[in-house]
Amino acid sequence: MIIFQNVTKNFNHNMVALEKISFKIQPGEFASIVGRSGAGKSTVVKLLIGEEKPTKGQIFFGSYEVNKLKLREFPEFRRHIGVIFQEFRLLAKKTVFENVAFALEVAGRPQKEINEFVPQVLDMVGIKDKMLNFPAELSGGEKQRVAIARAMINHPDVLIADEPTGNLDPYNTWEVIKLLTKINELGSTVILATHDKEIVNTLGQRVITLDGGKLIKDEENGRFIA
Amino acid sequence: MIVTLSRIIKYGWRGFLRNGLLSVSTISIMVLAAAVFEGVILFNVIGKGAVQSIQEKIDISVYFKSNIHEDSILNFKKTLEKFDEVMNIEYISRDQALEEFKKRHAGEAVITQTLDELDVNPLLASLNIKAKEPSQYKAIAGYLENADLQNSAEKITYAQNQVVINRLIAFISILKSGGLVLTLFLSFLAVMVIFTTIRLAIYSNSDQIGIMRLVGASNSFIRGPYIVEGIIYGVIGGILSFLILVPLINFISPYINNFIPEVDLKMYFQTNLFTILFYQLIFSIGLGIVSSIIAVRRYLHV
Repeated sequence: MIIFQNVTKNFNHNMVALEKISFKIQPGEFASIVGRSGAGKSTVVKLLIGEEKPTKGQIFFGSYEVNKLKLREFPEFRRHIGVIFQEFRLLAKKTVFENVAFALEVAGRPQKEINEFVPQVLDMVGIKDKMLNFPAELSGGEKQRVAIARAMINHPDVLIADEPTGNLDPYNTWEVIKLLTKINELGSTVILATHDKEIVNTLGQRVITLDGGKLIKDEENGRFIA
Repeated sequence: MIVTLSRIIKYGWRGFLRNGLLSVSTISIMVLAAAVFEGVILFNVIGKGAVQSIQEKIDISVYFKSNIHEDSILNFKKTLEKFDEVMNIEYISRDQALEEFKKRHAGEAVITQTLDELDVNPLLASLNIKAKEPSQYKAIAGYLENADLQNSAEKITYAQNQVVINRLIAFISILKSGGLVLTLFLSFLAVMVIFTTIRLAIYSNSDQIGIMRLVGASNSFIRGPYIVEGIIYGVIGGILSFLILVPLINFISPYINNFIPEVDLKMYFQTNLFTILFYQLIFSIGLGIVSSIIAVRRYLHV
């Protein structure tokens, strides 16, 4: 279970990014966090994976209290989460195979398992034939598939996607959303931060709406109201 | 543990290969830094040789009047030998002095003839005094002046050569301290240049380090491959610069030997081959490792 409790985040010069946000996400849920650019969606994601620390409030992830984790405790914690970013964040000097394998290698998984799992997952996201290519040789849609494969290979408890379709064309957008739904059906919690109205309305799942750093609406089967 | 280590080595090696031109330029800089390090070692060898060669030429000679008995000269020698400053004293009797004189002028008929015509040995017995440090000659000379030798000594050479000796002493101390300053400066320069190069190479990877953290890699797993790369730079750079050094020393050694006969660079290099290579590798590998660790550290705080 993920809990945000009265979380406030100020950046430099007291710019308020989030103000007293509280919500819970149950295991197995598919929750969308929506809002305009600058509403605080990415900040929620960054706080959840520990890339930023909250100014005030508590964040729980299962048995972890994220805001109290020490730098050396993050690697272990992050292996429970798969993250997908708008800008893909692939390792440019590693091949597609190595990028996905890296998530298993950091967890110390045996090579035999890696050689077996990686092609399977790459097949699932439909990019197995580009296994030996480098990220620079892929299109945006292909890159995002690699990122999804990397995020899901550890069977994470939670998969967080921060504007995963922001740089993609409509066709690839729907492919990515289909994959996210599939991952959710396989048992992972999915948190999708997006400003894409059409996606949110089609999904028909829980919607948490942010505006100006405040949580203004939280509905089951919600809709994106701009 | 072994799996992790082998992955770290694999990634280090792969990173080295994939960095391509960046690896090549880092190694070139490493070769330069290692060459400076070697240069500093050799400079010190030459400098020490030069200083020693000059030092050996400095001494104080006391020439005794011909009527002074050998026993009293030897007694005086014993007294002098008790001084801390004195390294050794060589006694040259009148006969020895004559022998050496004859030997030196063996081919010159006029001189040998003149000597043969003389009934008595015209040369004087002497003590050659060498100090441990050049700066100590002044103290020894001071003692000799006060030792009430007017009646027994014909002449003391220090007084004649004082200016030259003082100049040499000054020159030696400049050479020594200058050598130290130059050594420190060049080492610092080599360290800074290679450190900056490796830092720039890793800077170009800074976003990658952040991504690795977000995927759940531990700091040691991220740092490891960069350290391996640093070691590779060190090994290749160190060996390459050593290979460049060999022909260079063969070429330069005779010239230096001409200039300072006491210094045989080639000989020194051959006898200390493995020691030099060892220090060289310690230097370049150590530099590679330390630079990598410091450079990566900055990007691990995600």
